[in-house]
Amino acid sequence: MNQNTEKKKFVFTKESLKKKFRISEFLSEKIITSVAFLSIAIIILIFFFVFRETMPIFKSQTAVESQPATAMVQEQYGVDSSLILNDQGQEQYGVDSTVMVNANGQEQYGVTESGLQDTGEVSSTDNAAGSEHEVAVLKSLVGKDWLPVSDHPRYGLIPLFVGTLKITLLAILFAAPIAILAALFTAAFAPNWLREIIKPAIELLAGFPSVVIGFFALMVMASFFQGIFGYESRLNAFVGGIAMALAAIPIIYTITEDALTAIPASYKEASLALGATKWQTALFVTLPAATPGIFAAILLGIGRVFGETMIALMATGNAAMTSANPFESVRTLAATIGAEMAEVVFGDTHYSVLFLIGSLLFIFTFGLNALAEFYIKGKLVRRFQGKS
Amino acid sequence: MKEFKIRTQDLTLFYGEKMALNSISMDIPEKEVTAFIGPSGCGKSTFLRTLNRMNDLIPNVSITGEVMIDGVNIFDKQIDVVNLRKKIGMVFQKSNPFAKSIFENVAYGPRINGINNRTELQDIVETSLKKAFIWEEVKDRLHDSALGLSGGQQQRMCIARTLAVEPEIILMDEPASALDPISTAKIEELIFELKRNYTIVIVTHNMQQAARVSDYTAFFYLGELIEHGKTRKIFTTPDKKQTEDYITGRFG
Repeated sequence: MNQNTEKKKFVFTKESLKKKFRISEFLSEKIITSVAFLSIAIIILIFFFVFRETMPIFKSQTAVESQPATAMVQEQYGVDSSLILNDQGQEQYGVDSTVMVNANGQEQYGVTESGLQDTGEVSSTDNAAGSEHEVAVLKSLVGKDWLPVSDHPRYGLIPLFVGTLKITLLAILFAAPIAILAALFTAAFAPNWLREIIKPAIELLAGFPSVVIGFFALMVMASFFQGIFGYESRLNAFVGGIAMALAAIPIIYTITEDALTAIPASYKEASLALGATKWQTALFVTLPAATPGIFAAILLGIGRVFGETMIALMATGNAAMTSANPFESVRTLAATIGAEMAEVVFGDTHYSVLFLIGSLLFIFTFGLNALAEFYIKGKLVRRFQGKS
Repeated sequence: MKEFKIRTQDLTLFYGEKMALNSISMDIPEKEVTAFIGPSGCGKSTFLRTLNRMNDLIPNVSITGEVMIDGVNIFDKQIDVVNLRKKIGMVFQKSNPFAKSIFENVAYGPRINGINNRTELQDIVETSLKKAFIWEEVKDRLHDSALGLSGGQQQRMCIARTLAVEPEIILMDEPASALDPISTAKIEELIFELKRNYTIVIVTHNMQQAARVSDYTAFFYLGELIEHGKTRKIFTTPDKKQTEDYITGRFG
């Protein structure tokens, strides 16, 4: 019938111009919309889950409620006497922590013992001990000790943050100049045939499994750099940073290269026609014009390094130390989750703190991307909107 | 007759296998405006770009013949193309300001030539912009993005940018083809002023424009130079039938 009306001469009548319901169009539109919202919903749900698991740290009641869970786990590991001890410690850490606030490390052993004797009392003052424990955990979060499984656990995030920032900084300092110069070379100087080889080759590196890079760093680079710099601990922030740079270079390279090749050829022509050399053109015209793209590339590289787990686990030494020395071992936020999540007691404070780290990673990456998005958008608008 | 600034001898150019210019011999007089006309693809832009060796950028170009500028063959192996282009400025069809401020755009040329003194640069920028008749319009916003200018202003700023390097020859590749009549008139006025000091070669699709601004006109067709002479003569009593047909709009 539809075809029939089409074959007939089209007449403008109210009937022929009537709105038609196009079922396939309607369906495909709805499906695409729902898929889009689904992906957003999944991200929100992941964040919600991570955040929910973090909450017990901030709520004293939940911390106390988590004790039955701890006891339950204790049954599973019951055979292991050391774990039982540990568990006893955990039931009392409300008491420990009150002491920790005003006592130094050496006194804690004694206090723990006294806590052991007081076991009965702890259960009667569950709530009070719980909230005190809460305060202690919160205070230890900004401390410098990451000792989550000691008798007297402390969850200082400072060394993890310092370690992560150190690694990220080192990695970007290595990766960004190399990647940007490589991109500049392929975009501005390399003959076409060479460009066709270099670009895919470096881009392939982006899909390189990080465990292989980590392995390479662990086995080869660590000893190699030790031979050069003669540092003490074989696995340290420097080795980890270079290994991470290997992971970040392809990302920064690809996006920078795309940004550089997207610069209109007319810029290049204008510059050359003014008597600029190829280098001057690349450095003073092409590169500045591609700033927003390069900025985005670096931010993505930072994001990659920040969340990189496997290389961090394998090549950084994993010692939670707060120091500015690049040749000391570090422990990153992501590696901490990777290393400890599998062995943590479900619902425990340690467990929640790991999720807190997850939330922080999430928030940081999100913030970084948001910054990139808005900064770049603003910059692009400023640069190109005036064009008529 | 004035001196010849540019002389080409049997200039032939191939893009790969395709011949784009066939044995062009032409003399371009100093401090006059020479217009190249002809239908699209006739080689006039290619010829223009050969004069400052912009065709070097295109792969697979082979050139035979000579281009003598002030008696020097620019295809000589000893010639530094960077210095050559400083003497031969170029204005493009589509205005192409850098994504920088107006000041930085004009100061770019002098800067890469090693002038870093702020006051000196300011002088150059001001005189260049004045020569291009755009100073009054932009003097209060020198540090705004050049991309915020209108199309005609951008083109005049590009001319100012070219002038800032103090060239002797200015090549213009359809400088007004993307502009409205008022901006075009301004550009033409500017060309008229500039020819006192510069040798100007302009490619144009606009017959009236060629007639208005140029002293000499060259008609290209299918890679060959059909006719070259005083504009008045070309437009009134051309020697060749093809030229007459093209100018009167019977083909092309």
